[in-house]
Amino acid sequence: MKETKFLTEKIDEPGLHTMEVYERRGGYRSARKALFDMTQEEVLEQLEASGLRGRGGAGFAMGKKASFMPKGSMEKYLCCNADESEPGTFKDRLLMQKNPHLRLEGIIIGAIAAGATRSFIFIRGEYETQAKILDAAVTEAYEKGYFGEGIFGSDTTLECVVHRGQGAYICGEEMALLDGLEGKRGNPRLKPPFPANQGLYQGPTLINNVETLCNARQIIEKGGEWFASMGTDESTGTKLVSVSGNVTRPGNYEVELGTPAREIIYGLAGGPPDGRSVKCWFPGGSSAPILLEEHLDLPYAFESMAEAGSMLGSGAIIVVDDSQPLVPLALRLAEFYRHESCGKCVPCREGTNWTVKMLERLDQGEGTPMDLDILAGVQQNIIGNCLCVLGDSMAAPIGSMIKHFREEFVQHMEEARHRRNLTEAAYGAGELGASAQAGPA
Amino acid sequence: MSARRVPRDRRTMPLGWDEAADLEKDPALVPDPAEVDVPADLRASIQAAIQRYPEKRSATLPALAAAQRIHGWCSPEAMRQVAAVMQVTPAYLSSIATFYDMLRTEPVGSRYVYVCTSVACHLRDAKTVYDAIAEEAAAQDLQDCQVREFECLGACEMAPMASVDGRYVGPLDVSDAPELVSAVKENRDVLPGRGLEDSDYRPPWQDGGSTAQPPGPPSPPDPSPA
Repeated sequence: MKETKFLTEKIDEPGLHTMEVYERRGGYRSARKALFDMTQEEVLEQLEASGLRGRGGAGFAMGKKASFMPKGSMEKYLCCNADESEPGTFKDRLLMQKNPHLRLEGIIIGAIAAGATRSFIFIRGEYETQAKILDAAVTEAYEKGYFGEGIFGSDTTLECVVHRGQGAYICGEEMALLDGLEGKRGNPRLKPPFPANQGLYQGPTLINNVETLCNARQIIEKGGEWFASMGTDESTGTKLVSVSGNVTRPGNYEVELGTPAREIIYGLAGGPPDGRSVKCWFPGGSSAPILLEEHLDLPYAFESMAEAGSMLGSGAIIVVDDSQPLVPLALRLAEFYRHESCGKCVPCREGTNWTVKMLERLDQGEGTPMDLDILAGVQQNIIGNCLCVLGDSMAAPIGSMIKHFREEFVQHMEEARHRRNLTEAAYGAGELGASAQAGPA
Repeated sequence: MSARRVPRDRRTMPLGWDEAADLEKDPALVPDPAEVDVPADLRASIQAAIQRYPEKRSATLPALAAAQRIHGWCSPEAMRQVAAVMQVTPAYLSSIATFYDMLRTEPVGSRYVYVCTSVACHLRDAKTVYDAIAEEAAAQDLQDCQVREFECLGACEMAPMASVDGRYVGPLDVSDAPELVSAVKENRDVLPGRGLEDSDYRPPWQDGGSTAQPPGPPSPPDPSPA
């Protein structure tokens, strides 16, 4: 099968990251169109007509989100969320590295729709190269007068600041991102008030993912209806899908939403290596509950993933083949969330920690079948009880793993216990206990 | 009272949890700018950062990152300098530096090798790659460089991968470890041609890169001549 390339059309063209090449390809035409030929309401109308849903994870309709911004003369902000840290996701990195101006144009359009006068790009600190490319692009745009006072010679003002994070997954959560931008620890805030009313510096703020903003350009250029004609009813347009894990051709693929997942995993990404099959897959980054092989024929869209009990999330497919044991994978996943939990809400802070401890115990042969029930119970107690969804993001996939592969967990536990008993018989329990007490170095 | 040391998991404990607090000492106040000697370039970059934002506290992250570039880590002295320019307390800066992973609160080296061992890389055996690199770094006595496991770096198509001072290299193999470490040690380009931003970078499955096969069991040799 072939990709449907709009966002990534000719993305490998050399020099696309420079203003010269980007403008030669018709760049910033849509920004001018939105600024001079359309009113703010018309821009909003087109965005709403497109049905474009946020590409960062939550999948909220972008036009609707922008329309929540209050009218009035107060200072409003636009934040571009480029803190792409969801394991398995690398689509924004591609867009930022190869085509930084596309996103800047999206920011201009988004700012017009929201009436914002200041924009911030929160890029994760690990993306050093991409941040440098972005800095250069922003400088170019300032020199051309596309940012600053009176953009494109109009009377609209729009500032743009690139803000580098310093390594915190939680800053990808919109409320924590605002705290990170304000120079605080990235702790999510209580909602409501929602950022559209009280966000950055207590002002109305629109927060959008990189890919979402990149889509704004073609929506303005070709119209919302054109965009809505692609994909399914509830999931319009194309989506950049990052496929990784046990596939032979991992990478970013742009497909129309609603394409069967099998075609993405097998047709584009080459499927698992020879002789292996798909054991399970994460449809939307590591935070999405796993799906099984039987779900491969579902259309890859927001609503069908939700119906199957998972989510499309950031559009990152991680494929796990049948040679992979699940307990170490679950443990690795839990360790990630334990490390990244900001510690503000108790269920998440303690829940992630205890999940890791219990999975470690399971892995080392000290678990009992009851532990699995407790583990499932811990997950139940996290979901919905925190300010943000970081805890849920661990609880949901691990809960789904235990649900679908309980037998494997039990078997892994029994085998580990058997190994442990053999070791104890050989070396004596005391010695084993002593080395276990010393802990990791 | 007998002081029995409670075994704890050091990985989850905050820095300094086992150090006694000096209750006699007053908390540090906002430093007097006249008393603190700040390198001119650091002062300039912090002030430029403050200019960019409507509120000065937003400049905390760029300011600490700039101080770290100069001092190698967020040392007490570095934080005092930042505090003096920004006019905030060192404790506030310390609360930020301990939160963010890339800000170093211990002198672990001014360069870094982050080996991604998160989910997608885990599925491609990243842990053994990390172990090999860590072992090699110890064997070659690599100085002034932090080698650590890191959470997803956002380059899962080149898994398993590592970030060497921001340069993404991959897909890595255990056999790459000696070359990677000695390149870092001798300050050479790390694995030329296999960095994500290299102009000649190609995914290994497109046209025989240096590791033509993704990690995993080797596939049977192609019977037809190329």
